[in-house]
Amino acid sequence: MTDIAIVDYGMGNLRSVSKALEHVAPTASIVVTSDPAIVQKASRVVVPGQGAMPNCMRELTSHGLKDVVLEAARNKPFLGICLGLQMLFDESEEGNVKGLGILPGKVRHFSHDAMIDSDRNKLKVPHMGWNQVHQTIQHSLWKGIDSDARFYFVHSYYVEAINPEITAAYTLYPTPFTCAIAKDNIFAVQFHPEKSQLAGLTLLSNFTKWEPHSSR
Amino acid sequence: MFPPSFLFDIVKVSGFMGLAKRIIPCLDVNNGRVVKGVNFVSLRDAGNPVEIAHRYDEQGADELVFLDITASSDNRDLILHIVEEVAAQVFIPLTVGGGVRKVDDVRRLLNAGADKVSVNTSAVLNPQLVEDAASHYGSQCIVVAIDAKQVMDDKHNSPRWEVFTHGGRNATGLDAIEWAKKIQALGAGEILLTSMDRDGTRHGFDLALTRAISDAVDLPVIASGGVGSLDHLVEGILQGHADAVLAASIFHYGQHTIQEAKRYLAKHGIEVRL
Repeated sequence: MTDIAIVDYGMGNLRSVSKALEHVAPTASIVVTSDPAIVQKASRVVVPGQGAMPNCMRELTSHGLKDVVLEAARNKPFLGICLGLQMLFDESEEGNVKGLGILPGKVRHFSHDAMIDSDRNKLKVPHMGWNQVHQTIQHSLWKGIDSDARFYFVHSYYVEAINPEITAAYTLYPTPFTCAIAKDNIFAVQFHPEKSQLAGLTLLSNFTKWEPHSSR
Repeated sequence: MFPPSFLFDIVKVSGFMGLAKRIIPCLDVNNGRVVKGVNFVSLRDAGNPVEIAHRYDEQGADELVFLDITASSDNRDLILHIVEEVAAQVFIPLTVGGGVRKVDDVRRLLNAGADKVSVNTSAVLNPQLVEDAASHYGSQCIVVAIDAKQVMDDKHNSPRWEVFTHGGRNATGLDAIEWAKKIQALGAGEILLTSMDRDGTRHGFDLALTRAISDAVDLPVIASGGVGSLDHLVEGILQGHADAVLAASIFHYGQHTIQEAKRYLAKHGIEVRL
């Protein structure tokens, strides 16, 4: 049986996600798969994602993966990364597509007019590089990671969560946005733990051991 | 309802910190070895790429760039193996460039473990490649490298920067600033800007060029070419407005560690990941 399924819906490179998970859980059975049956049977599910949201939603549907991803998000340890976070929400400004609608809120583009830092310098889009992740709750996935630790980001859209209770961390660019959410068995992040060296590997290691129902 | 007020309430107590400026060591790879040239020629051996990648990761490098400087078809498999080996052990972003001619080259490098692919000559010869690769794999993984050299503009009798291809051998007639705007429109996610006049000279970045490009686009710009001291890195960020600074020889030959460079930047008030 598969311990961890990394959902492959044809959106680019998932090798770094699988390599990082293999590194922190060398004895686990980890597969990158586009087979809904394998995702359904896996104990844990990781949904990464890069590229554009409209393609992502289309590919998820055309690979027949939408239902199993929805099911996983309801009842087993679920880690969303980048688009894997954004797709959980109602809709995205990127191509004006509907997301999975598991969480209330919208995905928005960094508005160029607002992208000025406190020294009046222009901020670039995409938001690319190492930024601080300010934790707002205690969570098993934050174990061993300092609040304000830096993670690697690369994105032009961000989640505007309506419900503050699901925010697990925020980041400033230049205004605060929700960069991690936690709800029951779901944990999802805008940054890339698989590219965030020690802090990222710690988060992935925590995910491989996470028991959502015994503790938060 | 943007931005949500609950986040602002939290932020008030924590103070503003921001995105770190990145320090990126560059590994020029030739026949499976890391080398460093001066003004794009006369190569000197600097060691094994996998070992060097490890060392820089341990020192806190923010990303790594591999440039396959021979990039002939027989060398392509060599760089793929190196990328595979590094990607299995080093968990920071890896950019790979050199000899990328078609979307399938991008796919192969991404599958080997590259996070971003850098295109240079092919982007000039075939701008459609940038558009196709960005729409296929996302802007975040398409870096366009610009090799620029200062030339005199006869019409206006003033200096400007021209784009060169084929490792700096061929003039294109393209204005570097116009080209930077064009590739942003085509969907590139980042610009790797090298001053050919400064590359390998250790005289510092071409700050006027760096600033002109960085201010002309919304994309992050990596400054490259000419770093000989830690002050040059500081200048590239503060005066050149670069989002990231790339250097090779000051790190390869043990003059400075990445960590020393970061502490030096921090001392000058620059946000870094320590």
